[in-house]
Amino acid sequence: MTYLELKGLSARITRQNHPLLRSVSLSVAPGEVRGLVGESGAGKSMIGKAVLGILPKAVEVTGGEILLGGEDLQRLSDKDRRHRIGQTCALIPQDPLTALNPSRRIAPQITDRLVDILGWERARAVARAEELLDEVRIQDPARVMRAYPHELSGGMRQRILIASAFAAAPKLIVADEPTTALDVTVQKQILKLIRDMQARHGTALLFVTHDLGIVSKVCNRLSVLYGGMVVEDNDVPGFFAGPRHAYSRALLAATPKYTDPSASLTPVPDQVIADVRAEIDAFDRERAHV
Amino acid sequence: MADARSLVKRRAGPRLWLSAGWIGLVVLAAVFAPLIAPQDPLAQDLFLGRMPPFWMAGAEPGYWLGTDSLGRDVLSRIIFGARIALSVALVAGGITCILGAGLGLMAGYMRGWVDTVISRFIDIWMAFPPVLFSILLIAVMGPGLISIIVAIVVIDWTRFARVIRAEAMGQGVMDYVASARVVGRGRISTMLTEILPNVLPTIVVLLTLEMGIAVIIEAILSFVNLSIPTDDPTWGGMISEGRISINQAWWVLVFPLIALFLTVLAFSQLGEGLKNRYDPVLR
Amino acid sequence: MSEELYRVEGLRLSLPDLNRKPLWGPAPRNEILKGLDFGIAKGEIIGIVGGSGSGKSTLGRCLVRLLEPTAGRLLFEGQDITHLNDAALRPLRRRFQMIFQDPMSSLNPRHRVGQLIAAPLRLHGVADVRGRVAEALDLVGFPQDMASRYPHEMSGGQRQRVGIARAIALRPDFILADEIVSGLDVSSQAQVLNLLERLVKELGLTLAFISHDLSVIRRLCSRIMVLYQGEIIEASDTAALFGQPRAAYTRELLDAIPLPDPDQVWA
Repeated sequence: MTYLELKGLSARITRQNHPLLRSVSLSVAPGEVRGLVGESGAGKSMIGKAVLGILPKAVEVTGGEILLGGEDLQRLSDKDRRHRIGQTCALIPQDPLTALNPSRRIAPQITDRLVDILGWERARAVARAEELLDEVRIQDPARVMRAYPHELSGGMRQRILIASAFAAAPKLIVADEPTTALDVTVQKQILKLIRDMQARHGTALLFVTHDLGIVSKVCNRLSVLYGGMVVEDNDVPGFFAGPRHAYSRALLAATPKYTDPSASLTPVPDQVIADVRAEIDAFDRERAHV
Repeated sequence: MADARSLVKRRAGPRLWLSAGWIGLVVLAAVFAPLIAPQDPLAQDLFLGRMPPFWMAGAEPGYWLGTDSLGRDVLSRIIFGARIALSVALVAGGITCILGAGLGLMAGYMRGWVDTVISRFIDIWMAFPPVLFSILLIAVMGPGLISIIVAIVVIDWTRFARVIRAEAMGQGVMDYVASARVVGRGRISTMLTEILPNVLPTIVVLLTLEMGIAVIIEAILSFVNLSIPTDDPTWGGMISEGRISINQAWWVLVFPLIALFLTVLAFSQLGEGLKNRYDPVLR
Repeated sequence: MSEELYRVEGLRLSLPDLNRKPLWGPAPRNEILKGLDFGIAKGEIIGIVGGSGSGKSTLGRCLVRLLEPTAGRLLFEGQDITHLNDAALRPLRRRFQMIFQDPMSSLNPRHRVGQLIAAPLRLHGVADVRGRVAEALDLVGFPQDMASRYPHEMSGGQRQRVGIARAIALRPDFILADEIVSGLDVSSQAQVLNLLERLVKELGLTLAFISHDLSVIRRLCSRIMVLYQGEIIEASDTAALFGQPRAAYTRELLDAIPLPDPDQVWA
C-alpha cells in the first residue's frame, strides 16, 4: 500500500510554455525510501516542493494528481491542503545553516510546530523534542535546546533538523539534498541517521539527491529524471546491477568510483543527451496533439 | 542547463514608458518654457483674478488652468516652476549621489580605518535633526536656489553613503573581487571595475528617489518661504499661495500639487523601471 | 626530484576571531594553519584534501597571496613572496592564477564572458588581447560566440570553464583550483576534470587542486596532501594513499565516500 502517489504530475513556469515536470508518476510506500536523482535542472527538487505545496510563485501545476494517503491534494482547498500537509508531512532541508532562524533558540524552533499545528501542550512538546534530540544522538539535549543555531556545528544543526522533521511523527518526509553542505565524514553519519530514524518510524521518505553513491546507501527505489521526465523507475539492486535507460547508464558511468584510480572519467556522452532530448520533444509533441 | 532566470523575458513595460514620458515632458517644459508658456508667468492682471480652468463656466480663453488671485496664469507658472524643480532635482540629486555613493563605496570596499572614519562621521552627521539643520543653514546662507541645493546635499548624502556602503561590503567578499586581485588589479581599479558596476543599479534607484525627494524638499522650503525670494514661480510657492484661496480658487492649489506628485512619482518609478530593464542580472 | 616551483616552510596563519573580541583591545587569534612544510614540483598536480575547517582553502589563498601568512616562508621559484606587497606582487601575478569554487560568485555578473577573460590580459598589457581571448575560448572548447554571454546565461559547468579560460589566458605557470567541481553535476565534473587534465599536459602547467572529496581527484592528481585542522597529516603518492592510507583520518575520509554500489559495507 503506497502512501504518496504521483500520477502524471506536470508543472511549468507560470504562463510560459516551458514545462518543468512532464507527467511524473511515482509512489512511495510507508517504510520505503524513494530516491529522486538527476542533474541540476532535472526537476527533482521541484517534485518535493510540489508534494509539500511550497512551489515558487513562478511555477504552476498544470495537471496530474498528488495522492497523499489516497486523497488528491489538488482537490482540496488551499487551507485544507496546507493543514493536511502540515499534519502528515515534513521536510529535511538542504542547507542546515539557513534553515534555522539565527535569532531564536533551538527549543521553540522544534516545538512551535507541535504546539501550533498539532495542538500539543508546550510541556509535552518540549519533552518530545528532548527525547528526539537524544534519538538523533545529540549529547546533553537540554543544553542544545537552549542554544542558538550559531553555537552549533553544521552536522549538529542537520541533526536538529532531522529531529524536528520526525517530531510530529509524519507519514512522509521529503529530504532535499540534506547533506550537500556537509563534509563527507559528517555526511556519512547523517545519512545513516536518516536511514535509522526512517526505518524505526516506518516513514515514507522521498530523498532528493544528485549523487548515485548516496542513493545506493539510502534508497530502496529510485526515479531517474531528465528535463522533468522520469526516464527510469527501478529498485536499487536492479538499477545498480544494470540501469535500463541509456541516460541512467551514462549517469552511473559518470559517477566517480575511487576503487580504480586509473579509470577514466566519462561525462554523459552528447549522443545520449541528444537521444533523451529527442524523447522529451516527442513527449511534448504528443502532448500538444491531445 | 542554463539558469532559469535567462528564460524570463524582460520588457520596458508601461512603468518605464509612463515615468520617462512624464519626466521628458517636464524637461521639455523647463527647457522651452518661454516658448510654450501661453502667458507671462509674472504678469499680473487684477481684472483676471481667480479665473477658473478652461472647462468651467467663466473661463478666460488662453488661461487653460485658470489664474490665481493676482491674475497670473497657473499653467505658465507651473511650466516655469518646472525649471526650478528640475534644476534642484538634477543638481542636488547629482551632487548628493556622487558625494554619498563615493564615500559609501570607499568605506564599504576599503574597510579598515577608512570605513571607521567615514562610518563614525555618518553616525555623527545623522544625529543632527535634518529639518532644523537645513533651516539653520538657510538662515546662515540666506534663502535662494544655492542654499536649497546645499541643504539637500548636506542632509541626504548619508542616505547614499549608508546604503552603498552596505552593498559594497556585500560585493567585497565575493570571489570575483578576490579573482581581480589574483590577476593583480590594484585596489582602486578593483573598486571601479568590479564593485561599482554591481552597485550601480542601486545607485540609479537611489538617485532617482533622491531627485524626487529634492523636488519635495524644494517645495516644502518654498512652502515655508525659505526658498526663492523673488517672484519666480516655484511649485511649492504656488501651493503655499493656493492654500490661502482654496475655497475660492482650488485650481491654484491643485494643479501644482498634481505636477509635483506626478514628478516625484515618475522619478521613483523611473529608477525601478531602468533597473528592471537594463540590469543584466535580475535579482 | 625535478625543480620546485613552490617551497613552503613553517607556514602559519592566524586570523583575529571577532566573535570573541573584547570591548577593548585586540581580538584573540584563531590558528588556521599550524606550521606547514612542503614543496610543489614543476609540472606536478598536487591534491590538497581535507574537511571543512582543515585550512585547505586558506592554504590555497596563501599560495596565490590573497592572504599574507603570519609566519614562515613562501618561496615561488626561489623568490620569497611571503610578505611582498601588492605592487611588488603585480609582475608575479600573471604567473600564478586561481580558479574559484563558485563560478557564479567569481565571475562578475555584470561582465560578459569576453570581458571577463580579456580584463586580466589588458591589465598586464598583453599584446593581441582579442587573439588571446579567442585562443582561451578555443582551449576550453567553447565556440567564439560564447564571448558575448553573461555568466547567468550559462550552466554551472560552462561557467566553470569560463573560470578556467580566464586563468589560462594569462599563460601562468601555476594554477590553484579551489573546489572547482564541488557544485557541479557528475557529468559536468567529469568534463571539467578531463579538460583540466588535458590543459595541464598541453600547457605544461603546475596545478594544485583543493577538494573535500577524494574520489573526484584520484585520477587527476599525482600526489595528495591530507590536511586536518591546519596540519598536514599525510602526504603521499595517489596510488599509495588509496592503497594503504597511513593516517586514520585518511582512512575515515576514504570510507565515508558513498560508492555507487549497494554492496559497499558502510560501517
